[in-house]
Amino acid sequence: MAKELLKGNIAIAEAAIRAGLEAYFGYPITPQTELLEWMSKRMPELGRIFLQAESELAAINMVYGAACTGARVMSSSSSPGVSLMMEGLSYIAGTEVPMVLVDVMRGGPGLGNIAPSQGDYFQMVHGGGHGDYYPIALAPASVQEAIDLTVLSFDLAEKYRSIVFVLADGSIGQMMEPAELPEMRPMKKEYPAWATRGAQGRPRNILTSIYVDAEDEEQTNLRLLRRWKEIETNEVRYRAYYLDDAEIVVVGFGTAGRVALSAVRTARAQGIPVGLLRPITLRPFPTQQIRELAKQAQSFLVVEMNGGQMLDDVRLAVAGQAPVDFYGRMGGVVPMSEEIEREIQRLAHNPVPLYADVRQAWMQRLLQTKTKGAW
Amino acid sequence: MTTPQVQRQIVYRRPKALNDVPTHYCPGCTHGIAHRLVAEVLDEMGVIEKTIGVASVGCSVFGYNYFECDFVEAPHGRAPAMATGIKRVIPDSIVFTYQGDGDLVSIGMGEITHAAARGENITVVFINNAIYGMTGGQMAPTTLPGQKTTSSQNGRDVKRMGYPIRMSEMLATLDGASYVVRRSLHDPANIRKAKKAIRTAFEVQHQGLGFSLVELLSTCPINWGMSPVEALKWVEEHMVPVYPLGDYKVSPTVAALRIR
Ligand SMILES: Cc1ncc(C[n+]2csc(CCOP(=O)(O)OP(=O)(O)O)c2C)c(N)n1
Ligand code: SF4
Repeated sequence: MAKELLKGNIAIAEAAIRAGLEAYFGYPITPQTELLEWMSKRMPELGRIFLQAESELAAINMVYGAACTGARVMSSSSSPGVSLMMEGLSYIAGTEVPMVLVDVMRGGPGLGNIAPSQGDYFQMVHGGGHGDYYPIALAPASVQEAIDLTVLSFDLAEKYRSIVFVLADGSIGQMMEPAELPEMRPMKKEYPAWATRGAQGRPRNILTSIYVDAEDEEQTNLRLLRRWKEIETNEVRYRAYYLDDAEIVVVGFGTAGRVALSAVRTARAQGIPVGLLRPITLRPFPTQQIRELAKQAQSFLVVEMNGGQMLDDVRLAVAGQAPVDFYGRMGGVVPMSEEIEREIQRLAHNPVPLYADVRQAWMQRLLQTKTKGAW
Repeated sequence: MTTPQVQRQIVYRRPKALNDVPTHYCPGCTHGIAHRLVAEVLDEMGVIEKTIGVASVGCSVFGYNYFECDFVEAPHGRAPAMATGIKRVIPDSIVFTYQGDGDLVSIGMGEITHAAARGENITVVFINNAIYGMTGGQMAPTTLPGQKTTSSQNGRDVKRMGYPIRMSEMLATLDGASYVVRRSLHDPANIRKAKKAIRTAFEVQHQGLGFSLVELLSTCPINWGMSPVEALKWVEEHMVPVYPLGDYKVSPTVAALRIR
């Protein structure tokens, strides 16, 4: 198929439809709403299910019900709406049924704003609902990648009976880029043996997240964990840029990773040996890859559109082999390439000590630059 | 000696839709009666193989152990939303929720109201026992004025704790609701009426006529601090006046329904 100019939210919706989506349940919230609106038009046209729920609470539980039938099902929302879905997500994880949720993140906490943010990393990547579970989290950095990861998300969800999040910040949802949509896939005709679709010619199926006996719950937790280990082995995805001889390694995902790439390119042109690792799977995290890089790198710079939520995961991966510095913008502010370039320059000339309080130092830098009115 | 010839006939047996296992319900609790009525209806209609039940959070949380059909278990209050998800994907299935009054009237008020408003083609079995049974007898939105519970120990003071909610009456105002009735399980005559209403509700769904709900006044002898017999009497004397039995919504198409 040829490339066309597509808005992120609509591209994600259409990609899901072409991946064989059977049912969509959602609730309007900016900056995700075009996705829901597209679904409202296209799904009924194709004889598939679209329903605007009365709340995100209802939407996620409609998804839960549909997921129990083994259908390809999804919802989408933005940060405050996703917070409301956490109960349902935990139940879905505990019941081991597959589903996809797209979170087009906005500034927070609270009602925050509708500007692009990556503030949901903790909530999504480390599982915001209660109990032990491990969702897969995919982070696109372009409209094309959002399309590709949306298609992938359904396959991963079904393969591992897992929740898969597509974690896009507001700019991915809102921007328009040339991208190519996949062909329309045929709808699936066979449903898994565990699905509750009516006990015709087989013993009844029960889908529940209840394990009253603690030993049984522990067995379930172990099963989820074993499956998670398999996912960690098979599904880590990331993009590496200029890393072969990099002494400074920038780590950033989504839009922050994309802006960081242009900063890295400029710094490279000035002769600074810097590279970028852009995690695509935030969960499973590219821990091993970062650990390997730590053997060659003088220092790391984590760049995010939040107060350093992925920072801790990078630190864990680096495990004290090199200093890990941080630069972030919060509240819906997207960093400029020049800001990140300045950070790279600083690190090249003045590396931080191994266990410095980099968050404190970063806050001070932000404050100084702000009061100087540089931006 | 001659033995008299006795003609033996089975007049009562466990419905096929009900599993042959002891339930976890307290002695004298009417949850068991409600289960049996639902199972009898599923048997009579021959729909067990295409039925998916949605259990809720409350004493009936393990309802899925007792019915011989596919079952899922919803988060507290969300059963109508889960039922919606299932029914929309498999429209020719029979989907029912089984919910208590804490589940349906308190935390799940939004989900039940909107399912009814959408005319969702599901059946809701709503057990109103005026209390939170499972968590040990706290006040529910349906608790009667003056009723003592573990969280209204001096009796429900309506000035501070609000008034009981009459759910059937409320839902009946919605255009999407096709069949909304209240029955009681406190004596055999009322149980027979309840059975008939449950049958009608499932027929409404079977024929694609929209949202159906049967509210059943029920007992919780344990948390009411009564014997099973006293509890049945309490339903009749105290609950029925606050929650009058009757048909609150019977849409014209449902009224025309003939059940064989
Ligand atoms: C989100 C959430 N909040 C609270 C609870 C605790 N809880 C379990 S059952 C229940 C009340 C159920 O009462 P009701 O629906 O009247 O059913 P009954 O037990 O009387 O049959 C509550 C509050 C829960 N499981 N989940
Ligand atoms: S606590 Fe009440 S509602 Fe629950 S099983 Fe016992 S008697 Fe029935």
